[in-house]
Amino acid sequence: MNSVRVFFVGGLTSYRALFGWLSPWVFIPSLVVAPVFQILLFVYIGRSAQLESDEFYVIGNAIQYASIPCLFAMTQTIAGERFQQTLGYILISPARRLPLYVGRALPVVLNGFLTAAVALVVGGVIVGIDVPASSWAPIAFVTLVCAFSCTGLGLLNAGCGLVVRENAVLSNIIFGVLLVFSGSNVPIDQLPAWMQSVSEVIPFTHGIEAARRLADGETFGDVAGLVGEEAVIGVVYGAVGYTVIRAMEILSRRWATLERA
Amino acid sequence: MRTLRLLSMGWLFHMKMLTRSSFNTFLGIVYPLFFATIAFFMFKAGDDPKPLLWASLGAAVMGIWGTTSTAAGNALSRERWHGTLELLVAAPTHFSYVLLPVTIAMATIGIYSMCATLLWGWLVFGIQIEIGDPLAFALAVPATVITIGALGFLMAVAFVRFRQAWALGNMFEYPVWLISGFLVPLSLFPAWVRPISWALAPTWGIAAIRGAALGGSPYADIAVATALGAAYVAIGIALMNRALVAARARATLSLT
Repeated sequence: MNSVRVFFVGGLTSYRALFGWLSPWVFIPSLVVAPVFQILLFVYIGRSAQLESDEFYVIGNAIQYASIPCLFAMTQTIAGERFQQTLGYILISPARRLPLYVGRALPVVLNGFLTAAVALVVGGVIVGIDVPASSWAPIAFVTLVCAFSCTGLGLLNAGCGLVVRENAVLSNIIFGVLLVFSGSNVPIDQLPAWMQSVSEVIPFTHGIEAARRLADGETFGDVAGLVGEEAVIGVVYGAVGYTVIRAMEILSRRWATLERA
Repeated sequence: MRTLRLLSMGWLFHMKMLTRSSFNTFLGIVYPLFFATIAFFMFKAGDDPKPLLWASLGAAVMGIWGTTSTAAGNALSRERWHGTLELLVAAPTHFSYVLLPVTIAMATIGIYSMCATLLWGWLVFGIQIEIGDPLAFALAVPATVITIGALGFLMAVAFVRFRQAWALGNMFEYPVWLISGFLVPLSLFPAWVRPISWALAPTWGIAAIRGAALGGSPYADIAVATALGAAYVAIGIALMNRALVAARARATLSLT
């Protein structure tokens, strides 16, 4: 019961604390306006380069932008505690770690989903893409799965945050890698073979492809395999991330480096 | 002479400070490379007849704005956190002369990014860098850097009342990339967007750089960019005067 409490109450408290500093003056410019302009930037570059349709870039960038809240907010659950000088108190608490960390991830998934969904709708309306009404619900589900898989990567990123001082630098670089490799703007088959191999094992690649196919009129059954792969990638990154966090926690105790990083 | 010394020493001092920050140097160099890489792939794969150097120059200048927008938005907040804002405002020198070299230094750091992007395009994508008019290019790059720094100065002053000014600065990164024509010709935008583009110095800066490299009228573009940069500084100083008077009257400088 205590673990359930830590999962839900701890996660909610962490989320509220995050939004204590993530005020509307941060939320709206960063998570509402910026993704729309990212979409517009690539839509217009796409028109200039005469490569793909507007719909291709709207879907790719809207979903990929979920990485901003998923990576930064997840990392902030560690870095923020360090900044507030409360990380040590949390790590000496007897709370079980799995509900502690996964509970903090749940609101991040929802936030990532919300960011991507708003960007998809607003960007789609501005650019004027035509998606069948029956596709919106499955696309929303795919977006949720993508937010989940990226939060798994965010958990790994948060683990690195225990030993790396420059969390923001690391999160931005991961964001850039996802932007290039996930096929959000460049069709995967246009990338070199080694990049295509990387694309296969990162969040978003399968989800974005699934969402595009849904927007083109395919049914959820047609893309279920892609959605499943996206979810598995999220589970794997989440498991690795949790393991890394635990390992870094142990190392930081042993080397007394918790506050130094 | 004293003012010039203050501006140059302020610029040098903040350049040194910024080069110690991995956020401003390492990330400032690497982050635009992601966008440049995507642009190179898109222009290579697409049917657009423009030379890849056109995209490479645009992507290179994106880095200058990238290093400036968020950092300039945050310039005053940073002084607040350091507890130095009141001291700088209270100093006998006008605060504008303190802030202007800070934002120009931020833009200057972008030259690292510009060089890295051009080098990246050459090494990885085989984009040859051929400059048609080297003198114009040598004038266009510093003019672009200084005017982008001036735009950052105006932003920093405009956001003086916002506690989370960095987020507003960050918000303007994509729009300026988009409508300044770094990677998209202005002719593709709706007619109502173009006057906004013309009011932005980076639009004329990239036009000058492209004109110097690929042929065009770089000197006229340099002149317009410089004039706009001077206008930004003048407007920024006027805004700064009003903001400082209001902050002193209401004791709101620290926003606490």
